[in-house]
Amino acid sequence: MAETRFIKAVNQALSDAMEADATVFLIGEDIGAAGGSFKATRNLLERFGPDRVRDTPISEAAITGMAVGAALTGMRPVVEIMFMDFTTLSMDMLVNQAAKARSMFGGQGSVPMVLRTPHGGGLNAGPQHSQCLEAWFAHVPGLKVVCPSNPADAYGLLRAAIDDPDPVIVVENKALYAMKGDLPEVPEDRERIEIGKGRIVRPGRDATVVAYGAAVAMAESAAATLAQEGIEVEVIDLRSIQPWDEALVLESLSRTHNLVIAHEAVEAFGVGAEIAARMADIGFDELDGPILRVGAPFAPSPFGKTLEDAYRPDAERIVAALRRTLA
Amino acid sequence: MKLEELARLYRQMLVIRRAEERLQKLFADGLVPGFLHLSIGQEAVPVGVSQTLTDRDTVSSNHRGHGHTLAKGVDLNGFFAEILGKATGLCKGRGGSMHVADLGKGMLGANGIVGAGLPITTGSALAHRMQGQGHVAVVYFGDGALAEGVLHECLNIAALWNLPILFVCENNGWSEFSPTERQLATSLDKLARAFGIKYTAVDGNVVADVATASARLVKAMRKTPAPAVLECSTTRVRGHFEGDRQDYRDPAEITALSERDPIRQCAAAMVHAGATPEMLDEIANAVEAEIEAAAQAALDAPLPRSEDILADVYTSVKV
Repeated sequence: MAETRFIKAVNQALSDAMEADATVFLIGEDIGAAGGSFKATRNLLERFGPDRVRDTPISEAAITGMAVGAALTGMRPVVEIMFMDFTTLSMDMLVNQAAKARSMFGGQGSVPMVLRTPHGGGLNAGPQHSQCLEAWFAHVPGLKVVCPSNPADAYGLLRAAIDDPDPVIVVENKALYAMKGDLPEVPEDRERIEIGKGRIVRPGRDATVVAYGAAVAMAESAAATLAQEGIEVEVIDLRSIQPWDEALVLESLSRTHNLVIAHEAVEAFGVGAEIAARMADIGFDELDGPILRVGAPFAPSPFGKTLEDAYRPDAERIVAALRRTLA
Repeated sequence: MKLEELARLYRQMLVIRRAEERLQKLFADGLVPGFLHLSIGQEAVPVGVSQTLTDRDTVSSNHRGHGHTLAKGVDLNGFFAEILGKATGLCKGRGGSMHVADLGKGMLGANGIVGAGLPITTGSALAHRMQGQGHVAVVYFGDGALAEGVLHECLNIAALWNLPILFVCENNGWSEFSPTERQLATSLDKLARAFGIKYTAVDGNVVADVATASARLVKAMRKTPAPAVLECSTTRVRGHFEGDRQDYRDPAEITALSERDPIRQCAAAMVHAGATPEMLDEIANAVEAEIEAAAQAALDAPLPRSEDILADVYTSVKV
């Protein structure tokens, strides 16, 4: 095992996928010589050449749509959109084209494309460079959405997304890019992670916290805090948002009987709302307390440090939610 | 052009015309669900362009896409069944008129969003260029799409990367319900020139001219990948969609369109090249029978089963 940063794991996944399959190519703004805004594609231009590491003009709609067309013509494009906020410019191509092609063409083919994009705050990047918009995409039939919480998952989910025959949005929390974790040194040992499966990262008997991306570490920290009082919290890393591991969450709830869902995205109408609604339905008889959500308040992501700090969810808020549901 | 070749083009145009006239009637009888945008008067463009294309070349289309689809050689029965929303349709009745596709024939789909075919086709051209087999991509769009932002993005990238894409603009003067002259501050020739893309204009209602121009442009881009723009001036006879009474058009303008009718002009060229009335009748009768058989088969075909609602949303999800 080698200690690897999250961003390097992304880079390794792209590199291994390109090595394994000649139809895989990268397309995005400043991904070539510059190596990408967050350096996810560092050195890949030198290694694979400008044909497969395509630096594009600032044309998000066109490059996303081009990925759809290239995918329908036998290629496996991986698009980088520099900030998730900019996917607003790609929406027609993702929502009306990529998501629907297979279904509306009667299953004739599929759109094996990946769109990688960073979300999340903590960089004082302000309202147009910090948003977590994954719920939008999870709401669109035909798209898949994953969000890794650590370097090994960043590798494994991205490899699985590139292999997947359908369009997958890979959301990377930019605050995690510097995070270190283990990744096997031998390429054959680096594993893909099945899309749609979550993982119990900390077992517990008293309550379940479901989280994804950067919120997983917050949930683990909250669990550690409550463990000092003898409260054992189970933490589930969702890994995949669409499809999500409903069975795993229900199984956990059936043991702990209390549920909190945490994410950095705005709480209202978010991923947590969907999970809460499903569990209130199929898990109704298991519940000993209200299902609570922890997310950002209903406001644009603010710029100033004090404001942003207050805006982003943290372990304390998850602890407070757990205490409330357990009360 | 030789008579034999003219006759082939004539027949293909007539298939599109009669298919759409049949659909027009079925629509009036309430047998076509949803919206129907007819391309009557514009048949020469796709027929002319398609002569130079193979199944490996890709095309994408727009909401007025029946001609583009049929000219690419898709199955007539599957086409009719799709537009009638039947299970035997090319897309199993899930797409309809605005989403007919046949990936096996290189037909990447009609499209309900104006201009959306542009980036998809540009990406397909990129794939062709990377695969290096000499295949090309063709995008059909109307003059209404000239005001869409993605056109400018795509012209720019296609020029920068020398992509083998033919931008075919069917300029019928109408952006849905409004005259394009009130919608656009520039013109396609100026746009093409601005991006350094080769621009050719033809009378889009003279099928031989369209065929000759596109054959020349496609041949060149197969050899040396580079984009080209082909602007075809053409005529939209029907409304934006069926049911549109076209109150916004001068009735005299619509009447005058028959002078430019592409099928009538092709028939005249055939007679000039030696065709007999019997020969024209023979083609017309054969086409009529073919259309009637396809329409009848579609009418008789079963509707999709409601339990298949989740099928094909994802590749990997079994239902």
